[in-house]
Amino acid sequence: MNAPDQGQQPPTSAWSIYRAIVGIGALCALLIVTVYMATADRIRENQERFLAFAVSQVLPATQSTVGVVLDENGQLVKTDETLTLPVFLGYGTDDELVGAIVTAQGMGYADNIRVLYAYSFELNAIVGFMILESRETPGLGDKVETEAHFVANFEALDATLTADGDALLNPIVTVKQGQKTEPWQLDGITGATITAEAIGKLLNDSANILVPALERDAAGFALNQTSEEQ
Amino acid sequence: MLGKEVSATDDFVKGLWRENPVFVQMLGLCPALAVSNTAINALTMGLATTFVLLMSGISVSALRKFIPREARIVSFICIIASFVTAVDYLLAAISLELHRSLGAFIALIVVNCLILGRAEIFASKNTLSRSVLDALGMGVGFTAALLFIGVVREILGSGSLFGVALFPDNFQTWTVMVLPSGGFFAMAMWLLVVNWLKKQKEAAEKQAQEAAA
Amino acid sequence: MSDASHWSIFLNSALVNNFVLAYFLGLCPFFGVSAPLGTAVRMGGAVSFVMLVASVCAFSINLLLDAINAPYLRIISYILVIASTVQLVEMLMRKLSPPTFRALGIFLPLITTNCAILGVALFQTNRGYGFTSSVVYALGAGAGFALALVLMAGVREKLDLAEVPDLVKGTAAALVVGGILSMCFMGFAGLGR
Repeated sequence: MNAPDQGQQPPTSAWSIYRAIVGIGALCALLIVTVYMATADRIRENQERFLAFAVSQVLPATQSTVGVVLDENGQLVKTDETLTLPVFLGYGTDDELVGAIVTAQGMGYADNIRVLYAYSFELNAIVGFMILESRETPGLGDKVETEAHFVANFEALDATLTADGDALLNPIVTVKQGQKTEPWQLDGITGATITAEAIGKLLNDSANILVPALERDAAGFALNQTSEEQ
Repeated sequence: MLGKEVSATDDFVKGLWRENPVFVQMLGLCPALAVSNTAINALTMGLATTFVLLMSGISVSALRKFIPREARIVSFICIIASFVTAVDYLLAAISLELHRSLGAFIALIVVNCLILGRAEIFASKNTLSRSVLDALGMGVGFTAALLFIGVVREILGSGSLFGVALFPDNFQTWTVMVLPSGGFFAMAMWLLVVNWLKKQKEAAEKQAQEAAA
Repeated sequence: MSDASHWSIFLNSALVNNFVLAYFLGLCPFFGVSAPLGTAVRMGGAVSFVMLVASVCAFSINLLLDAINAPYLRIISYILVIASTVQLVEMLMRKLSPPTFRALGIFLPLITTNCAILGVALFQTNRGYGFTSSVVYALGAGAGFALALVLMAGVREKLDLAEVPDLVKGTAAALVVGGILSMCFMGFAGLGR
C-alpha cells in the first residue's frame, strides 16, 4: 500500500523535531499576540459602550461615573482598572451623587448570571436592575428579563442597613409569585423559580458587602477630586 | 487533466453532502447541539469554525514539509489553538453580544474533532489549493448542518427565526426544543431525513444498475 | 469567589448540569464507546482522571497567566496541558493495565479532543472557582460523565437487541435516547441549593 521506501524511512532527527516545534510555537505566538493587540482597543470600546448603555438603563440620571473598588481593608477606593465586577459612583448634571451602580454575579440554573443594579443613597434601596449576562433557559429562566411583575420589583427594592451600618437590615429574598408583602422581598416567577431565587441570592450577597461600604465611604468622593486625594 | 479538475470541485463538494461533518462523519457534534438553540448562534459558530478550519488548513498544508511525523499532533494543536484564540478576540471585537451568547463554546472549537481530523487526514498530505477547497467544503457543510438544527430549534422552541418573531403571541412554543434534549431530538430528526434520502438514492442507483444490466 | 457549598457544586456538575446531557460536551465517546458496559466504565474512569488533573493544572496555569497578564495564552496552554496529560495517562495505562489499554483502543488518545475536559477547565476559570471548588467541580463533572456513559451503555445494550426500524438504527436511536436521558436529568433541577 505504501511505496517500498516507506518502511525504510530514517527516524527523524531530534533537530528537525525541535526546529518544527519551536518554529510553530513562534509563529503561533506571533499570531496570537498580533490579533490580541489589534483587537484590544475595539473590544474595550465595545465593552465601554455596553456599560454606558447599561448604566443609562439602571440609573438614567447619571452623567458621569467614577470607578471604585473595595481594598483589602474594606475601604472604598477609586480605581481606573477594568474589573470583573465593576462598581461605579454615578454623578448627575450638577456633579451631585445620584447613586451607585454595582455589578454582581452568582450561579443561576445553567451558568453564572451577571447583573447590574443601581443603589439610591436617598431611598436606601435598589432602584434599577439589568441582566448583563445570562445563559438561563430561553422562554423559562430568561423571563426574569421580561416578566413585568418581576421587573417591577426593582422600582424600590429596600436595602436599608442595620443601625451600625454593617449589613442589610432585612436580607433580600425571593418569595413565591404573588406573595410579596415587604419591600425587601422579590416577587418570584412561577416556572422560573430557580433563576428568580438565584437573583435574589446574588443581590443579597452583593448588597450585604457593598451597601455598607458605599454608605460609609461614597460621600467622600466628590467629582472634582483627583486620585491624589485618596 | 479532466480527472484533476473533477477532483478539485469534489474536494469542496464532498464536505457538503457525501462526507458532511455532522450528519455523515458525526464529528464536531458538541458545538452542533450546544449552540444551535438559535439560528444566529448556529450561524456564528459555523462561520467561526469554518474560519479556523480554513486558516489551520492553509497553515498545516503550507508547513507540511516542515513538520516531522513525530511532531504532527502537537504542531496541529498549537496551530488550531492559535487560530481559535484569534477568532475569539475577533468575534469579541465584531460583536460583544454574539461573543457573550456563545461564551466558552468558541474556545471549545479547539477540541472540535473535525478540525484536527481534516488537518491530519487531508491538509498535511495535500497541496495548498486542495486543502483550501477541502476546508471550505467541510466548513460550509458544517455551517449548513448547524443551521438546519438551529433553525428547527428556534422556530419550534422560540417561535422566531434570527430573532424575528414568526408567530402571533399565543403560539405555544415547544420549549423542549431549545433545551438540551431538543438538540438531541432535532439532530436525530435530521439524521433520519439524511438516512432516508441516502436509502432513496441507493434504491434508485440499484434500480438503474438493474435496468442497465 | 463562589459562595456555593462544595456539595452543591458537586451535585450541580454531576447531575443538574451534567456535562454530557446538559452541556453537550463529551459526545464522541458518549455515542462511540458506550457499547459494552465494561468499556464504558473504564472510559468514564479515564476521563474522570484526566478531568481532575486538567482542572488542577488549569487552576495553576490561570494563576500564572493572571500574574503575567497574558489571558490570550489561556486556550493554547490549557489544550497543551490536556494533550500532555492524556499522553501520560496512555503511557501509564499501557504499563499498569494493558487489557484496559487495548479495550479502549483509539478512544484513549481521542480523550484529548474530548470537549468535556477542556469544558471543565474553561468553566471553572470563567466562574472564578477557588482551588477546592475547582477540584470538587472536576470530580463532579467526571462522575456525571461516567454516569451518563454507563446509563447510555446499558440502554444501548438493550437497544441492540430490540426491533428498531432500519432508518433509526444506530446513531439516530442513540440520539433519541440521549434526548430522553437529558430530559430525565432536568428533573434534578434545584438539587443541592
